[in-house]
Amino acid sequence: MQLAQQILFIILAGVALWLFIKKAKFINRNIKLGRDENFEPDPGRWRNVLLMAFGQKRMFDNPFVAVLHFILYAGFTIINIEILEIVLDGIFGTHRLFAPYLGSFYTFVINFFEILAFLVLASCIIFLLRRNTVKVPRLNMNELNGWPRNDANYILFFEIILMSLFLLMNSSDKALQIRGYGYYGEVQTANFWVSGIITPLFQNFTTPALVVLERTAWWLHIAGIFIFLNYLPYSKHLHIILAFPNTYYTWLKPQGEMLNMPEIQKEVLYAMQPETVPTDAAVEQPKKFGAKDVFDLSWKNLLDAYTCTECGRCTAACPANQTGKLLSPRKIMMDTRDRMEVVGYNIDKNKEYADDGKTLLHDYITTEELWACTSCQACVQVCPVLIDPLNIINQLKRYLALEESNQPAEWNAMYSNIENNFAPWKFSPDERDKWAEEMNTPS
Amino acid sequence: MQVKSMADFLASGETPEILFWVGCAGSFDQRAQKITKAFATILHKVGISYAILGKEEMCTGDPARRAGNEFLFQMMAYQNIQLLNNYGIKKIVTTCPHCFNIFKNEYPQLGGSYDIIHHTTFLQSLIDDGKIKLTDAHAFKGKKITYHDSCYLGRGNGIYEAPRKVLEALDAELVEMKRCGKKGLCCGAGGAQMFKEEEPGNKRVNFERTEEAIETGSEIVAAACPFCNTMLTDGVKAVEKEAEVKVYDIAELIAASMNDV
Repeated sequence: MQLAQQILFIILAGVALWLFIKKAKFINRNIKLGRDENFEPDPGRWRNVLLMAFGQKRMFDNPFVAVLHFILYAGFTIINIEILEIVLDGIFGTHRLFAPYLGSFYTFVINFFEILAFLVLASCIIFLLRRNTVKVPRLNMNELNGWPRNDANYILFFEIILMSLFLLMNSSDKALQIRGYGYYGEVQTANFWVSGIITPLFQNFTTPALVVLERTAWWLHIAGIFIFLNYLPYSKHLHIILAFPNTYYTWLKPQGEMLNMPEIQKEVLYAMQPETVPTDAAVEQPKKFGAKDVFDLSWKNLLDAYTCTECGRCTAACPANQTGKLLSPRKIMMDTRDRMEVVGYNIDKNKEYADDGKTLLHDYITTEELWACTSCQACVQVCPVLIDPLNIINQLKRYLALEESNQPAEWNAMYSNIENNFAPWKFSPDERDKWAEEMNTPS
Repeated sequence: MQVKSMADFLASGETPEILFWVGCAGSFDQRAQKITKAFATILHKVGISYAILGKEEMCTGDPARRAGNEFLFQMMAYQNIQLLNNYGIKKIVTTCPHCFNIFKNEYPQLGGSYDIIHHTTFLQSLIDDGKIKLTDAHAFKGKKITYHDSCYLGRGNGIYEAPRKVLEALDAELVEMKRCGKKGLCCGAGGAQMFKEEEPGNKRVNFERTEEAIETGSEIVAAACPFCNTMLTDGVKAVEKEAEVKVYDIAELIAASMNDV
């Protein structure tokens, strides 16, 4: 019986790990579909990881939510240390393997985990209520209809169930310890602070029933963790992993700076100074300017998309969205991720990407959305994990302007004014210093 | 007074301390011209030797770049940088946050590196150094002033303090809008929106912002960008509050407080 349990456990763990690695490889490959972009190492990168990912600095703009989220994140992560013991117990058929080595410190650690589990449980319930009863505008937008809204709730449910199972496992274990039954009796811990409260409820249970209860809770808890691990890559919850690389690789430039296009800079230089054109220029491949699909974006844009938690702080801060325009920076990120997944499955199915007649620009993100952007950087400023939706918006706008010559008529007029009159309005360049002439006193 | 151009300086074999980059709005827009004149007046009164490029100045290319037209941007950048480098320009002050951002963050990669300073920072240092004497400092005493952060000054380049420090020197009551500093709401002009109709929605961005400014009960809305200025002025007009609420650039407020010098 014991051996069967061990074998079952090893198979379960193996399958869970294999599936997770497979999906992780899929995501990694998808991100690498993006353009190369070099990110030089810089001490500022680690600073961002510490402050933004570990410290969650930007969450603290709203301290209530920040504290709950921090409990949830820290609690959930730290409790997972206990998984090491559970996994080793599962493989070797032991029970509470670490207890004899740690002595009274063991009970302290488990109690610490229990308090965290309780806090996580409470935070999840508050978040569930907040998400579904309090109408926080950014959590109740149409772009979240369907999967995104369910996803958010599933994550919270899942964590509530996992924490409950953890506490149930400990409480029934303690009840069996008290009865001195089997290997439960061999590992005597002190009373557990949280689960100890429910232990007395099991007084009237028969010992076999208690063993079944403990074993069920133990198995469901670890199986739940394996399922949750494999749920992550399909969910917005992936940010729990990707927030770290994403904050590391974020652009360190001032927010106001728009990235240069050296290829166009070069074109202009050649046009202005033909003598600088290299003689072997003919070998150059025809290039695409700006981004039309996920392949044209930088891999960092794609990492951004997989990191997005769909919290909507960007959209709540967006002046266009606040005034009823179609643009939503969060939707830009969700669209990019959705498109990347479609392209990824397409590649898996057809060995290489088979044109499906769709592109990120137009089929997912419309010109009306892009042309509503005021490039105010409010979305960039507010993202807790340093995602830059504006960077994607700008690249799509560049494709529209440079490849499709597709823009509002007023922008055409503005372009021609800049070109001919050197100002965005139709004024004669001769009048540029008229104000100065008006000020000058006759000498 | 005489506003001299770089060509004038070159002809007389002199070099100005600083170049005043006026920008397109400051040059052509009637409202923004007043800001330009106010700032030029301050420079004159303080006795700083400065030049403008005059007819040789061109659009930095910012609206073209933000709209997506990188080619046109690069053309403008190339011409401006050639001109500035030929004159050997080292230090530039500008009253436009968009020009400021381009000079500070985007021209250096194209071969145009200058010591660029926005006029609010410049004014702050002149006040700190005692070079600006607000003889009529009480012109705004007790008046409520609210400051609207320009995106390209604030979020774009982290300049939140300088404009506020300058306003504090006016001895006025500085009140903040609900959305201010890094959370400041855009005026709606950025990203070349200034040059097109807004996309369909239920409200204009500048109306939303102006309402917030008016809610503070301020008599003066201070801006540090000619485009923000236009947007907020339009917003005030839309609710017919021109008599009660005035939109001024920080340079205009300082110039008005230097009247008797």
